[in-house]
Amino acid sequence: MRDVAIIGIGLTKFGERWEHGMRELMAEAGVKAITDANIGSKDVEIVYGSTMASGRFVGQEHMAALLADQLGFKNIPAVRIENACASGGSALRQGYMAVASGMHNIVVVGGVEKMTDVTTSEATTALGGAGDQEWELSQGITFPGLYALMAKRHMYEYGTTEEQLASVAVKNHENATKNEYAQFRKPITIQDVLNSKMVAEPLKVFDCSPISDGAAVVVLAPLEIAKKYNDTPIKIVASEQASDTLGLSERQSLTEIKATKISALNAYKNAGVKPSDIDVVEVHDCFTIAEILAMEDLGFYEKGKAAKAIFDGETRLNSKLSVNTSGGLKGCGHPVGATGIKQAVEITMQLRGEAKGRQVNGAEIGMTHNVGGSGATAVVHIMKRVN
Amino acid sequence: MEKASASAWRKFSARYNMIGNVCKTCNTKYFPPRIVCKNCGRNTKMESFAFTGNGEIFSFTKIHVPSEAFKESAPYVIGVIKLDEGPLVEGHIVESSKEPQIGAKVKQVFRRMYTDGEEGLITYHFKFELI
Amino acid sequence: MAGIVGYGVHVPRYRIKVEEIAKVWNDDPESIKKGLNIIEKSVPAIDEDAATIAVEAARRAVTHSGINANDIGALYVGSESHPYAVKPTATIVSQAILTGNKLTAADLEFACKAGTAGIQMCAGLVDSKMIKYGMAIGSDTSQGRPSDALEYTASAGGGAFIIGSDKSEQIAEILKTTSYTSDTPDFWRREGAAFPSHGGRFTGEPAYFKHITNATKQLFEMTGFKASDFNYAVFHQPNGKFPIVVSKALGFEEKQIKDGLLTPVIGNTYSGASMLGLAAVLDIAKPNEKILLTSFGSGAGSDSFAIEVKDKIDEKRSRLTKVNDIINTRKIYIDYSNYLKNRGGIKKM
Repeated sequence: MRDVAIIGIGLTKFGERWEHGMRELMAEAGVKAITDANIGSKDVEIVYGSTMASGRFVGQEHMAALLADQLGFKNIPAVRIENACASGGSALRQGYMAVASGMHNIVVVGGVEKMTDVTTSEATTALGGAGDQEWELSQGITFPGLYALMAKRHMYEYGTTEEQLASVAVKNHENATKNEYAQFRKPITIQDVLNSKMVAEPLKVFDCSPISDGAAVVVLAPLEIAKKYNDTPIKIVASEQASDTLGLSERQSLTEIKATKISALNAYKNAGVKPSDIDVVEVHDCFTIAEILAMEDLGFYEKGKAAKAIFDGETRLNSKLSVNTSGGLKGCGHPVGATGIKQAVEITMQLRGEAKGRQVNGAEIGMTHNVGGSGATAVVHIMKRVN
Repeated sequence: MEKASASAWRKFSARYNMIGNVCKTCNTKYFPPRIVCKNCGRNTKMESFAFTGNGEIFSFTKIHVPSEAFKESAPYVIGVIKLDEGPLVEGHIVESSKEPQIGAKVKQVFRRMYTDGEEGLITYHFKFELI
Repeated sequence: MAGIVGYGVHVPRYRIKVEEIAKVWNDDPESIKKGLNIIEKSVPAIDEDAATIAVEAARRAVTHSGINANDIGALYVGSESHPYAVKPTATIVSQAILTGNKLTAADLEFACKAGTAGIQMCAGLVDSKMIKYGMAIGSDTSQGRPSDALEYTASAGGGAFIIGSDKSEQIAEILKTTSYTSDTPDFWRREGAAFPSHGGRFTGEPAYFKHITNATKQLFEMTGFKASDFNYAVFHQPNGKFPIVVSKALGFEEKQIKDGLLTPVIGNTYSGASMLGLAAVLDIAKPNEKILLTSFGSGAGSDSFAIEVKDKIDEKRSRLTKVNDIINTRKIYIDYSNYLKNRGGIKKM
């Protein structure tokens, strides 16, 4: 197995991109990434594309070939990866494996979701397909509903409060104000969250990540040749993934995401690091409760302890552990298929020291955590700056 | 949602009567029913098993923003129910003079789940009622 | 003869008071309550219909009877609010109570008497030994046009009766049954129409009163019984008043009819009304007591039954969910706007 590095990154601004369709978004992020990597179109050997539901959102399947074509990569293999909200992280792992195995040298991984061309309720229905269609979606159990069931149980078991949930959104909005790519660049207060419209008790609108358009692209290469393209290649030191039941209630616990725990344990082991070694992490905060679960399942806090710690400010920028410096899914936006790759872009920026107003001081080791559905897929990557 | 009648029909015994299954190799009970036992793999020996539909609320939420097909019923309460026989299952908790709470006892009732417009199929399903 | 082996009922939880409806139409609630002898009516939840009510009643009937649902050889559901115009409610009930597939089933419609027509059909089938048990259900989520007098009474509920011929299993025996039928257009609903129409006062004398009186008198003649031979009498109850008037005319006293008169507190459950009334009486009846039941369905016809309670009734009572428990212990009052929402009325605005 060869060491793998990220040598190029590209990101669109996330948000309601009324003037741009799926292919324009892919091209915008893609051109930035290949420019950043300083490669030519002919250097790219394979493309992995990720989108959760482009067929539902814009009626376009077969997205990876389109991505390859739009970026001018002539006739190379192109493969679409779909793993619900973890499509991006899963595609990144496929790219990683292609390079690590020695099969390919320069690999492009790009994710996109164009979500605003459909109504909110159509988008809600499309996203519902990430859960169990036969037993959840068919009963009108929405995606926020699934996380609400987890939140309610977490509140019951650990005394987690609605204010603590809200503090996740407040922190992530605060970070997003410092990120030029973020959808929401406006600070909010706990009271704003508590006063926002109820979606699925106890989750309100401001506990939920938004519907977003956006794309993110990374370029991977073997570490041994990475310096040829980029002065500060970022080494992927662990790429782990696990799965679980699609249906929430088919699991033993509603207060942990087992796929996250397994991915994280394996990632720490393979990277030879511990949770306390991580300087910056992008976690999958599709809902505020999801960030609390992630902080516990990734081993940063004991079960039941993360909510208070977040409320107390321990995970704000440049505090104990900087979490979701991009603004997370909540503040930066959540174009589903792009999210997992955007997380890698953000960590790359942080480890390169290019994160400007939201730079984590002395960031050496970073982590990304991408979840599909209510936890049926989880992908964890650990990355390191190579000097 | 289910426009095709066959996709609803093939699940009637589970959706009307909460008939799941049990693996006779390890005695694990499943709802919804499945083909392969999570513990036994190729040594699975499934038999159908009728759940009573009695249980207690393990978690619940009231959904205020529904998916397209459930707009007319909003807000509605969804529970994760711990069945007396063991498994957790998700389902609606119907109207009650009491507020739902974790630990409250429920039993199954028979209700409409989804009506496909003015002319389409009506699907029926178990739901739960506070005792 | 054939008899009742078990029964069960269902009435939705929601109630709306006469005052709440009267407020919308600027009617005087006191005169309506007095005129119709009704204080409130049941309202189905948005996810309840004649099929779900039939299933709940049928499940309770199977539990009460102690029989194996697989032995039910005929299943009839009487309703004027079947969820489908074409596709039987009876097959939904059959699947939901697990009768298996070896049975005959059909939906019946005869306005408010389709349930008792089902009892007669089952009685014939069990007495001829074609089947072991038959199940007859009357279930409705009935319609009443807004602002029409019917809006104060049209409600939801149902009852299911399991009929069998083995006397050792019967909680009550049907001693005799007879019907009186004529083509009388007192009340109707055309295919596709949302609400029924009716002939106003024409629904009274030439329809309800004539048919109930003639059917009951026929029964008296056939059996030799007179009103005073019955401990209880149950009549179809489109409002709280008609059954009182017709019972007096037939020679019954108020104490004989009060236990089976439910319309004042749940409204007119149409096909469910006679079934629920009979169930309420069976809930309290003692062995050897006699019950008269005469239903009425517009269009028009009446089925009259002489029923004798058997010893078995006491033994099976531990498995019974009583009408009173279903009607009185679960109520949730709603206002007119929630009534409209539950009845699917908002989209028609």
